Amino acid sequence: MRIGTTVNGAAQDHEVEPRTLLVQYLREACGLTGTKIGCDTSSCGACTVLLDGESVKSCTMLAAQADGAAITTIEGLAQGEKWHPVQTAFHENHGLQCGYCTAGMVLAAVSLLDEIPNPTEQDVRLGLEGNLCRCTGYHNIVKSVLAAAETMRGAK
Amino acid sequence: MIPAAFDYVRAGSAAEAISLIGEHGEDAKFLAGGMSLLPLMKLRLATPSVLVDLGRVRDLSYVRDAGDHLAIGALTRHRDLETSDLLAKECGVLRAVAAQVGDNQVRHRGTIGGSVAHGDPASDLPAALLALDATFVLQGPGGSRSVGANDFFKGFLETALAPDELLTEIQVRKSGAAGFAYEKFNRRAQDWAIVGALAARVNGGTHVALVNMGAIVLRARAVENALEQGASATDAAREAAVGTDPPSDLNASTEYRTHLAQVLVRRALEAI
Ligand SMILES: Cc1cc2nc3c(=O)[nH]c(=O)nc-3n(C[C@H](O)[C@H](O)[C@H](O)COP(=O)(O)OP(=O)(O)OC[C@H]3O[C@@H](n4cnc5c(N)ncnc54)[C@H](O)[C@@H]3O)c2cc1C
Ligand code: FES
Ligand code: FES
Repeated sequence: MRIGTTVNGAAQDHEVEPRTLLVQYLREACGLTGTKIGCDTSSCGACTVLLDGESVKSCTMLAAQADGAAITTIEGLAQGEKWHPVQTAFHENHGLQCGYCTAGMVLAAVSLLDEIPNPTEQDVRLGLEGNLCRCTGYHNIVKSVLAAAETMRGAK
Repeated sequence: MIPAAFDYVRAGSAAEAISLIGEHGEDAKFLAGGMSLLPLMKLRLATPSVLVDLGRVRDLSYVRDAGDHLAIGALTRHRDLETSDLLAKECGVLRAVAAQVGDNQVRHRGTIGGSVAHGDPASDLPAALLALDATFVLQGPGGSRSVGANDFFKGFLETALAPDELLTEIQVRKSGAAGFAYEKFNRRAQDWAIVGALAARVNGGTHVALVNMGAIVLRARAVENALEQGASATDAAREAAVGTDPPSDLNASTEYRTHLAQVLVRRALEAI
């Protein structure tokens, strides 16, 4: 079947099987390999992308369900050379170690900050409960998200 | 992991969904948020031949004041429940329980109707709906019928829904902003309850429901009866496992679940 989406602002139009998962569609049809597959069982959040601005696990969604939607992957967050504040905050606060969970963490954090612009530490920890970091760098991840929240509030 | 091949059709309305499922027969399945069905399909524990996607049936997503009760569309997402102002005022328990389902990503996709129709005894919202004596509206090719929560859950992943019936609406009484407690016990924040206990003041009485203590979500009738006869929370909670059939799995043994039910029911009763 034919699936049309807007990924990171650009129109995508591909012929896919109905059983194609959104993550496969993004990585294989669109060629955007920034989105990672971790557990492949809906648990780890490594595959998190934004669907019409909200975080979703792309390993647990069909590409067909995203037909017509706007998707943001990690490749689409920066504005040209200028990083998104959440990306900058992860960089500055050592919010990543091996980096495998990072694309998902960053996008989950963007969605979280959109819903709760002024989060407490508890809000961040709970809001990221669907994202696992095998390197267990949670303290710096939480620190990064809180720092990003502060930057983003300042910019408004 | 990739699901077995299937055909995909998209419904634009409830009526179209029912006619499509009828057309494609027994092996066709509705797809709502996909948060329960797709993981099963990826493991090939479910292999439907056709998926009828309900994602575009937007007019089944609502929380409405219907006078003496609230009406909730089956396709209302957990996210919409946990942020509903109407629920905060008129049925706080449902809003609070929705916020405990899975994680943000799951709540952005999963729906209350999918949660109910799936019939998983480990899920949260069905227990709340059981405690609230909710009514489910089922629509089939021959018209619609209403089934009470008490008669709806039949067995493990088994409900009163016929294969060609669509759950369209959930009706709950107005139970107010407060007067409830949900004790969900799990090891990792995003997980299903190992055991859950919900207590709510409903209609002047106290209703208690249990998660993951048998093949279906259960009412702890023995606890409710003890309370009615004036028992203290501590004494009533001792009856929590009466009539249950808790599973034994990697997370917990039957004995441990029995113990948990008693402790969690006591905590819930003490908190309301
Ligand atoms: C990582 C993860 C964690 C989770 N944690 C929890 C948790 O802690 N607590 C909890 O309660 N749940 C949890 N869930 C499950 C979640 O609540 C699901 O959203 C819910 O069980 C199913 O809703 P859905 O809309 O996704 O339904 P789907 O997966 O689309 O469908 C489920 C079943 O219901 C049928 N169906 C769906 N809608 C209808 C309808 N309107 N009429 C008739 N049949 C219908 C489908 O055919 C299918 O058989 C979790 C899921 C994941 C992936
Ligand atoms: S790869 Fe999707 S949740 Fe782990
Ligand atoms: S940085 Fe390695 S998994 Fe999180």
